[in-house]
Amino acid sequence: MTPILQIRDLQVSYYTDLGRATALNRVNLDLNAGEKLGLVGESGSGKSTMALAMMRMIKAPGRIESGSVTVGGVDLISLNDEEMRLARLSRIAYIPQGAMNSLNPVMRIGAQMVDAIKAHIPNMSKDDMTEQCMQSLESVDLKRNVFQMYAHELSGGMKQRVCIAIGILLKPQVIIADEPTSALDVVTQRQVMETIDRVQKEMGTAVILIGHDMGLMAQFVDKVAVMYAGRLTEVSTVRDMFSKPMHPYAQALIKSLPNLSNKGVFQGIAGLAPSLLRIPNGCAFHPRCPQAMDVCKTTVPDVKEYEGNRLVACHLYTEGA
Amino acid sequence: MKLRLILRRVAFLIMVVWAASTITFFIPRMSDRNPIRERFAELARTGGFSASDLEVIVASYSKKFGLDKPLLEQYTDYIGSIAQFDLGVSLNKFPKTVTSIIYDSLPWTISLLFVSAILSFVIGNLLGAVAAWPRSPGWLRAVATPFIMFTGVPPVLLAIFLLFFLAFKLKLFPLGQAYSTGIAPDWTFSFMLNVMWHQVLPAISMILGSVGGWVLSMRGMGITIQGEDYVNFAEHKGLDGRTIFRNYYLRNALLPQVTGFALALGSLITSGSVVESLYALPGLGSKLGEAIRANDFLVIYGIVLFITMSVATLMVLVEFLYPLLDPRIKQD
Repeated sequence: MTPILQIRDLQVSYYTDLGRATALNRVNLDLNAGEKLGLVGESGSGKSTMALAMMRMIKAPGRIESGSVTVGGVDLISLNDEEMRLARLSRIAYIPQGAMNSLNPVMRIGAQMVDAIKAHIPNMSKDDMTEQCMQSLESVDLKRNVFQMYAHELSGGMKQRVCIAIGILLKPQVIIADEPTSALDVVTQRQVMETIDRVQKEMGTAVILIGHDMGLMAQFVDKVAVMYAGRLTEVSTVRDMFSKPMHPYAQALIKSLPNLSNKGVFQGIAGLAPSLLRIPNGCAFHPRCPQAMDVCKTTVPDVKEYEGNRLVACHLYTEGA
Repeated sequence: MKLRLILRRVAFLIMVVWAASTITFFIPRMSDRNPIRERFAELARTGGFSASDLEVIVASYSKKFGLDKPLLEQYTDYIGSIAQFDLGVSLNKFPKTVTSIIYDSLPWTISLLFVSAILSFVIGNLLGAVAAWPRSPGWLRAVATPFIMFTGVPPVLLAIFLLFFLAFKLKLFPLGQAYSTGIAPDWTFSFMLNVMWHQVLPAISMILGSVGGWVLSMRGMGITIQGEDYVNFAEHKGLDGRTIFRNYYLRNALLPQVTGFALALGSLITSGSVVESLYALPGLGSKLGEAIRANDFLVIYGIVLFITMSVATLMVLVEFLYPLLDPRIKQD
């Protein structure tokens, strides 16, 4: 089966006064329909840039340098602006990070949803649009009367659900959820994640979930992709990632998670994430890597596939072979 | 609930009017000029009656207008009469009533202020919004800049400048007056055209003087709004640029501007009255200027009171209008 989402050699740079920052460095990723991928990494590792690049919403001074993002056989990067506008929400949808402020305060929720449909299917009848919006609201466990309400009349969790309802309005093939629960309490977090999980299963959509919360990831996604300094370092199934991570960065990340047996002891990762303006030569992680070898300082490791469809970019596993 | 709010606002309005009329009552009285004496002294100079007659006439008129009573009693009389909407008569142009003076000059002021206030608000805010919008074409963004330059120039200076160059030197526009001398006011189209022709320069000086302020504040507001998550999400939803501009960007950026509009009315009336005098338009501002020069205090009271009441009423109206624009503000 061909993956619904294929990202090939995607490269994004930001042109700053201090020089060119490579925020996304030749990223490759495949995702099948119905699959859920968690994208994790430190702040500034390029997670959100990747999401924006997929939506082609990188704003100046950023630029997509090269690569392709193919959704359902269509390369988004090669579309013209108007075609890309139509592809947003209908092929690939984005559920924003700051759901608290993502709804227009002076428009009714319904009007904002109708706007979205109208932008793609202008000749749909008004009643049909309303009905489609209300069904979408119902599918995220909101009452139909939310249609008439304003954002300030909703709770944080409800606002986030509205954003999800907007995201699934046109049944896209890929949904990107950028930290959809970061501003919510844990109970609401779980409810919102279950909602995403359910609509995703119903529609068979591929979901990319961006976030820091490894616990949440462990519960909801099928695969985890770890980003470091604009590169994907490891992509594995949740089980593999948590039980035997291969890339030293992924290992350190998993080890840093608190657990009940060593309460109060924080196992951090020594050093700081590199500035994207000065990414170390070779493997970007080598200055912080406990198992760094000479080759790591000079040569960028290629992504190789290992047992269990795992993708890892590390010299540890190629040198020995 | 709603009724109580309206009553509270009306009470507030009455307080404002009372405070304004009290202050304006005492200020002209601080000078010892007597408008009645001044008027009749002028008549006496041109002949007609003797100096001894003058004193008799002044005394009898002062008695007629109640100016011989103690100041405090005059004050209570005055407050009593304005409570009955009686603004009295002009001391200088007796028997003309203050109400009729306001009534005659009001159309000129309203047409000038209304047109220039609305035009500068619309032009200024659109230019400001476009100037801040990252996707608007470069030349359109550049258009806004010269207007900002005019922010620092008072409308009066602009009025003098325009009057001198366009009307006096180039003779493109009339030198002032509400309409050409020698034609009688009526409701014909040609007369209307003549009036509008005379209003062009005053209106331009008013608009140029205030449009820059709108451009500047709207551009600042626009820059804030375009970074808002909902504008971003609107683009993620695949909306076209025009819908995002109108529904998500402009509507939100305009909210504080509407409040600003109510606040700007006061200063607009002030600069309007000076511009009116400059162009010799028979509006409220010119009449107020004349009354101040003659110390015709009943006319001063009447016009200031009228302006205070109009601005206060408009502000209350804007306050009631605001919840319709911004659903987050509910008044109950």
